[in-house]
Amino acid sequence: MAVAAPEVSVSFHDPMRPRRQIAFAALGFALLIACLTASAIGALRIPFSHLLGALLQRAGVEASTHVAPIEIAALFTIRLPRVALGLGAGATLGVAGAALQALFRNPLADPGLIGVSGGAACGAVGWIVLGGSAPAWMHGTFATPLAAFAAGLAAVAGVYGIARRGTQTDIATLLLAGLAMNALTAAGVGYLSYLGTDAQLRALTFWLLGGLGGATWGEVWPMLLVMGVASLGLFALGRSYDVLALGDRTAGHLGLSVETVRRCTIACVALGAGASVALTGVIGFVGLVAPHLVRLLGGPSHRFVLPASALMGALLLVLADLLARTAVAPAELPVGVVTSALGAPFFIALLRRRLAGGAT
Amino acid sequence: MSAGAGAGAGLQARGLVLSLGRRRLLDQVGIDLLPGMFTAVIGPNGAGKSTLVKVLCGEITPQSGSVMLNGRPLAAWSAEDLARQRAVLPQTPELAFSFRAWDVVALGRHPHRRRATREDDHAAVAGAMRATETATFAQRDCGTLSGGEMHRTHFARTLAQIWEPPVEGRARVLLLDEPIASLDLFHQHAILERAADAARAGAAVLTVLHDLNLAAAFADTLVVLDGGRVEAVGSPAEILTGERIARIWRVSAKVQPDGEGKIRVNVERSAPGP
Repeated sequence: MAVAAPEVSVSFHDPMRPRRQIAFAALGFALLIACLTASAIGALRIPFSHLLGALLQRAGVEASTHVAPIEIAALFTIRLPRVALGLGAGATLGVAGAALQALFRNPLADPGLIGVSGGAACGAVGWIVLGGSAPAWMHGTFATPLAAFAAGLAAVAGVYGIARRGTQTDIATLLLAGLAMNALTAAGVGYLSYLGTDAQLRALTFWLLGGLGGATWGEVWPMLLVMGVASLGLFALGRSYDVLALGDRTAGHLGLSVETVRRCTIACVALGAGASVALTGVIGFVGLVAPHLVRLLGGPSHRFVLPASALMGALLLVLADLLARTAVAPAELPVGVVTSALGAPFFIALLRRRLAGGAT
Repeated sequence: MSAGAGAGAGLQARGLVLSLGRRRLLDQVGIDLLPGMFTAVIGPNGAGKSTLVKVLCGEITPQSGSVMLNGRPLAAWSAEDLARQRAVLPQTPELAFSFRAWDVVALGRHPHRRRATREDDHAAVAGAMRATETATFAQRDCGTLSGGEMHRTHFARTLAQIWEPPVEGRARVLLLDEPIASLDLFHQHAILERAADAARAGAAVLTVLHDLNLAAAFADTLVVLDGGRVEAVGSPAEILTGERIARIWRVSAKVQPDGEGKIRVNVERSAPGP
């Protein structure tokens, strides 16, 4: 017969807590430095003192530093919108990646998995190639991003519709439907490229490779708003994602409405990643890699992983963009190329680690 | 018997029928899980034991029949209300990502998050981990635990889920699907002992078991499932007869009293096939 369990003291102390706090602080600080550096460095180098002076002046504080008007113009009309877009897009991709990895219980999931990037690419390329025949009122700076955003949402809706049976969705079918949608949109992009003229090809290539250049406040603000709402929606699901790690059935036995969590996740990822891809084009690996780095820093609890992935994603994209702008200056690399070039080796290392039986 | 359990407390199923294609997985199955009772469901592979657990916990809706928990149909409870009264340990629990053992057990407190205090949650998690001897590795990463340690951690999670005494007139229900399959002898006994403790504390406990001796040693009531039907219900001494064991499990066995008021089943050889 079993002997009564001996009294063991159980520590309430969470050993990961200090690590998480340090991780937050370090990521926040690194992000701040990265943003200031990205604002200062470029074709026109703005000294830090001028940078701070300009920012303080804009904030209404009298500063003694004299800042040249060209520096002010470069900073506020070119650099800052670009940095803001990098921050927003990187953070959103990071959170969206973390949320999808939680939903699919698969550490290799990425925002592109549910078709949003492929759909958006198809929409943008479609507009670039075929938009010329649209009525004049539809043209404008917003046209391409809106076409991308709408097509991204439509692709996700299609994926969700395929995986749905009655009021339930099947997670494996969702994954496969995402793959099918990506194949379909890739075919669409291929066909449209085939139709395009040389000038159009160049435009769509830049879009497909991803880039933060040319962002203006007019486009950035509304999309940042959408990304913010979507990210906050995903943050709210942190605790639910922890429960979901036990599998859909057990999560249901613990009182979690799995289907609601699934719908909210898909909707928020579609909105957030859709808005991000619409402005920046396809940027790979940030959404995949950021949650992994964050879990290495502070463990898998999603109330940490989601906000920390936002900081990490923002940091990665701001740094990648800085590299893209400066590596081959005065020319500029597409930022999607930089993230993929750096992200792919990381991904391979991750796969090898999994093969070796290491925890992820 | 639990002090506060009213009429209809526990879990009652009546006339459960479930077919998949032409196969009848459950055929007019009825079962009563009373507060304070430890019930073991036994039967050969493919008898419908796991399917029965899935129907009882609401994971599968049967084609006909009803499942009542504490006097109300399962579907009438909100998901969270249900989760505060009834915990389920699946046959093969899953876990994505490397949570610490403590975190996994603490997930059992999810349905209580709006009601219980931090101290209540800590007390439940710590108590459940002590009871299952998982406290020693509470801070370890689950990726480093053995299969048996992991299974005990999940068992602790189900205990933490229904740690509080139930609301007046209701009983807690614990459904365990083969909870000891991956455990060593010591922990097999330890887990069944903890499940029996839960029953003594007033919970209605159901466990699917394959080991007839453990079933006889721990359960008050045995339910024999065979081919999706309830073949017999009764005390271990009534149920475990040489004749029935030969008929249902196709092995010949001697059943003897063990001198402590329980019985022992000694399997001698497998019976010749039909």
